[in-house]
Amino acid sequence: MPKLALHGVEKRFGENVVCDGIDLTIEEGQMVCLIGASGAGKSTLLRCINLLEPIEDGEILLDGKDISLPGLDPQPVRRRIGMVFQSFNLFPHMTAVENVMLAPRRLYRKSRSALLPEVTELFERFGLKERMGHYPDQLSGGQQQRVAIVRALAMKPEVMLFDEITSALDPQLVGEVLDVLRLLKDSGMTMVLATHEMAFAREAADKVCFLKDGKVIEEGAPEALFDAPQHPDTQAFLARALK
Amino acid sequence: MTHDKAAGKTRRQIHEDRLRRRALRVAASSTAAVFLAIFLLVPMAPGWDRVKASFFNWEVFVKTFPKLLDAFKLDIAIFLWCAPAITVLGLLIALARDTRNPALFPLRILGAAYTDIFRGVPVVLTVYLIGFGVPGLGLPRPWNSPYIWGSLALILTYAAYVAEIFRSGIESVHKSQRAAAASLGLSDGDSMRFVILPQAIRRVIPAQMNMLIALQKDVALLSFIGPVEIFRQAGVFKSLMANFTPYVGAAVIFLAVTIPATRYADYLIAKQNRERS
Ligand SMILES: Nc1ncnc2c1ncn2[C@@H]1O[C@H](COP(=O)(O)OP(=O)(O)OP(=O)(O)O)[C@@H](O)[C@H]1O
Ligand SMILES: [Mg+2]
Repeated sequence: MPKLALHGVEKRFGENVVCDGIDLTIEEGQMVCLIGASGAGKSTLLRCINLLEPIEDGEILLDGKDISLPGLDPQPVRRRIGMVFQSFNLFPHMTAVENVMLAPRRLYRKSRSALLPEVTELFERFGLKERMGHYPDQLSGGQQQRVAIVRALAMKPEVMLFDEITSALDPQLVGEVLDVLRLLKDSGMTMVLATHEMAFAREAADKVCFLKDGKVIEEGAPEALFDAPQHPDTQAFLARALK
Repeated sequence: MTHDKAAGKTRRQIHEDRLRRRALRVAASSTAAVFLAIFLLVPMAPGWDRVKASFFNWEVFVKTFPKLLDAFKLDIAIFLWCAPAITVLGLLIALARDTRNPALFPLRILGAAYTDIFRGVPVVLTVYLIGFGVPGLGLPRPWNSPYIWGSLALILTYAAYVAEIFRSGIESVHKSQRAAAASLGLSDGDSMRFVILPQAIRRVIPAQMNMLIALQKDVALLSFIGPVEIFRQAGVFKSLMANFTPYVGAAVIFLAVTIPATRYADYLIAKQNRERS
């Protein structure tokens, strides 16, 4: 059974169909990259998986259970699915470590001191131990984004969603964040990424999906998709993106 | 800034220093001219001697000032019990208007109606209506006090404004913060309490300070329904001495409180603007 499966997912904003019957399966421990032009619906699809947006039709299965049923309480599901955003979205009035501890404190009813060892270990693992007491505006973009990843990981999610998490970073900071993703993949995390980092997708992804106008036009192993795209739209997109 | 060319000032610094000195000279001389004109021209007005005698009488001022200061304590007391009530009520109304829970829908409507009504009526009218109206119901003794109902009028009016300011603060927090909180699995309540509100409140503190300053002044409106606070006390002295100087004394006391407070609020606003840019 796949870890995550989408069947015919449809999302509309008014008349605008943003996800138009999307099918996608993600096995446990896989990294799947969504690529496509701006406006293709990558962010929206990730937000739907995390139940930040209700879907019109179709189903989203996590461990075979439909999490998109209208009326289902989204909160328990969101704990199992972590999400990291392009603009970090750290809470600016809290230090890095407070950012990370807030959700586990509230949802798992654990005290700060009970959480400290595991949280410290997370910071350590991602090279952020010295930054735990810093406020977001005292951190570089790359550090902020890594703290945001740690914050999501502290909830011990089973799946992680990443929405163009390197797009807002200076080029020299992209590498440190991509290293974190490699680390996560090696630890067996199931991940879905929307990304413009084609080189990274090719190197690290297990599967790449090309989206256009809310549809999966083509999907496959990265070598196949990048080296021998079948669909003319994919060919045209890659010709532009890889130039 | 005391070193000269020898100490290695750049050409631009020398030029800017010269400009600054010139601006200072212009400002000083124009200020002097304005004050000179006021001091020379105002006393030349035909009614000046009469105004001086009835508004700026030093003896009356000295005699009434301590009593006015004493009466001002009541203004401060009223302010001190109204301000916390206003803050709490304003925050509750702001939260009620933000709620999306359908069970609380009536609260949302009431919140909206409340802010519309109390912001739409002159404060003095509300003070009259509640301050005279409710005791007019013939309530037993402590409950017919104008302190209670006058304070309530101020609380209700100011809470309406304060609620709107809190609401604007809540709306100014970018929706991506809510999304981030939700993506972690936090409930709407937790996300409001730990993520949105702390940021919103920080942003509206200067604006709320301005409301408190306005409140401190409007406490004087309660004099219309009974309490002998500073404005009323000044009125008493005016009648006794047939002189308006006590009002000037009262104004001086208000200014001694409100000017520093206003300056401080402006300083906070300027600081926030600097931080945001
Ligand atoms: N909240 C919203 N309300 C209305 N329309 C929206 C909303 N969010 C997204 N859209 C629309 O959905 C479409 C897809 O947007 P989306 O952000 O998912 O694209 P994307 O593939 O992530 O693009 P990008 O590469 O620029 O991030 C766009 O046409 C956008 O205008
Ligand atoms: Mg996007």
